[in-house]
Order: sequence, then C-alpha cells, then structure tokens
Amino acid sequence: MTKSVKLTIVALLLACVVIAVFPLLKIKDSEFGGADGAAEEAIAQIDPDYQPWAESILEPPGGETESLLFCLQAALGSGVLCFGFGYLVARKKYKKD
Amino acid sequence: MKKSEKRLFALSLAAAMLFVMPSSASAMHIMEGYLPMGHAIAWGAVCLPFLAAGLISIRKTISQNRKALLILAMAGAYAFVLSALKIPSVTGSSSHPTGTGLGAVLFGPAAMSVIGIIVLLFQALLLAHGGLTTLGANTFSMAIAGPFLSYGVWRLCRKCKVNKSVSVFLATCLGDLFTYCVTSVQLGLAHPAAEGGVMASITTFMGIFAVTQIPLAIVEGLLSVAVMLALESYASSELSELAYAHQ
Repeated sequence: MTKSVKLTIVALLLACVVIAVFPLLKIKDSEFGGADGAAEEAIAQIDPDYQPWAESILEPPGGETESLLFCLQAALGSGVLCFGFGYLVARKKYKKD
Repeated sequence: MKKSEKRLFALSLAAAMLFVMPSSASAMHIMEGYLPMGHAIAWGAVCLPFLAAGLISIRKTISQNRKALLILAMAGAYAFVLSALKIPSVTGSSSHPTGTGLGAVLFGPAAMSVIGIIVLLFQALLLAHGGLTTLGANTFSMAIAGPFLSYGVWRLCRKCKVNKSVSVFLATCLGDLFTYCVTSVQLGLAHPAAEGGVMASITTFMGIFAVTQIPLAIVEGLLSVAVMLALESYASSELSELAYAHQ
C-alpha cells in the first residue's frame, strides 16, 4: 500500500467522523431518536385509525440488552472484516519468501 | 489445514457473519405490523425471483473462484457492521447506513439480495427492528433496489471513464439514499394521506427517511471507498476475477 493510499484512507475516515459529529454539536435540543419512530408518528397522523396488526416476536427487555446485541453485531462484523484484512495483509507481506 | 477443514472454517466464517447482523434498533426499516397484509405479501412475492437469482449468482461466483469466499464474507461483514451503526443526522434523528452497495459493486446486485435478507431476518427476530410481516418490503428496499441502483451507477460511471474511487463513492452513496427513498414510497403507498393521497404521504416519509439519510449516505460512500482502496492493495488477485474487475 503506497503512502498516498494510506493518507487517502485516513482522510476518508476522518471525514466520516466529522460528518457524524457535526449534527451532535449543531443541534442541541434533540435526543437523536430513530427515524422509524418519527415514521410511526407520521402514520399515526396520516392514518389515525391504523392499528399495527403484528408485533415483534422477541423484543429486548430494555436499553441495556438492546445495546448489548448491537455491540455484538458490530463486534462480530468487524471481527470478520479485520480477520480478512489481517489475512490479506500478511499474505502480501510474506509472499516473496 | 486440510481441505475439509478449510471448508469448515469458511462455513464457520459465513455463519459468524450471519450472526453479526442482529440489530440496528432505531433507524430505518418499516416497523413490524405497519404494512397492510396485501402490501406485505406483494412485496415478499416481488423479492422471490431476486433471491433465487442471488443464490445462483453466489454459487457461480464461488464455484469459479473459491478464494472469493473470503471477500464475500468480508462484504457481508461490512454490511453487518454498517447496519449496526446508528449515526446522528442533521434532522435531529438517527439512522444507519445499509452497507449493501459495496458488495453489489464487487459481486453484482443479485448476490446482495441474499446477504441483505439475512441481515434483515436477524434484526427482525432478535432486535425487534423491522419485522417479519415487513420483511419483504424491507428486503426489496435494502437488499434489491439499493444494490441494483448501486450497480447501475457503478456500470454507468465506469462506461463514462469516471475514476474508480469516485465511481465507488457515487454508487454506494446513491444506493444507500435510494433504499430510503423506496422505503418512503412503500409507506406512502400503504398509508395515503386523506388530503393529497399517496403523493402527499410519500413526500412526508421522504422528509423523515431520505433527508435524515443524506449525510449517512455520504459516510457510507466514503467508507466504501476506503475499504475498496484497501482491498485493491491487498486482494487484487481476488478482485481481478470478480465482476468488479471487468468494468
């Protein structure tokens, strides 16, 4: 990997962080709830008589369990991704010997 | 490792990646029970041919090039990570990227329908995010419409000799945004407003989903370019045998 590619990747990741943090600094009076919650409210306004006709089979009991499952999802995903990159980087490094 | 052991390991990798996707509680995806039964069944039916094409496409890719399995697992894992990240947006709501655009560029759009439905299934079952009754509609938006648009943009950019990184950015960013536009249309069709009907509803939902998604789509585009640059540096031999290289 050339130096310019490395720098580009770092710059791209930094740009992502800036885009994600910007709203947090700019908008003070929001809890940043999910957009699907906002959609539920919109449906309640448009179609006040609509009753959801099914419910989720399993619902995490609370915020803590839910964040556990989210962490697990992200951790397993990045685990597989990083294993792949580790394998590929080492393969390239030791190829010539 | 013996060949059979390697196969077992690859399988376990694939299994691991399946479990990665459980969540993303408050973000996009149409909520359980919020589509009328007729709509739910129709969207599910529309997805079936794409899923069949996806299975065939994955089988073909893997049988031609076994080493691509690692890249496929990585593309799947990428989708799982991204759909777990609920990122604040300028509208004051949070949403998450889809992560399906990168795989569409690498493996073609059909393959992502299979990976996408697995992500959605786990989110619906374990995290009460999305739902089984809305699985068809959500699969259509995130695992079919988005990836197909990504792939189309990618092909078009490459035909016009646009730089590879810029092409990846545009493809993944627009695919992400398009997913939420389709979600808005699906909700608009199911819940027409008393005044203005379907179009007015679609506009309302676009305001909620699509506007929130704009900065996140840009994040997904930038991240996908970063991953692609890294893959180009370290996995050029695998990439050269995928659909990706022939553009």
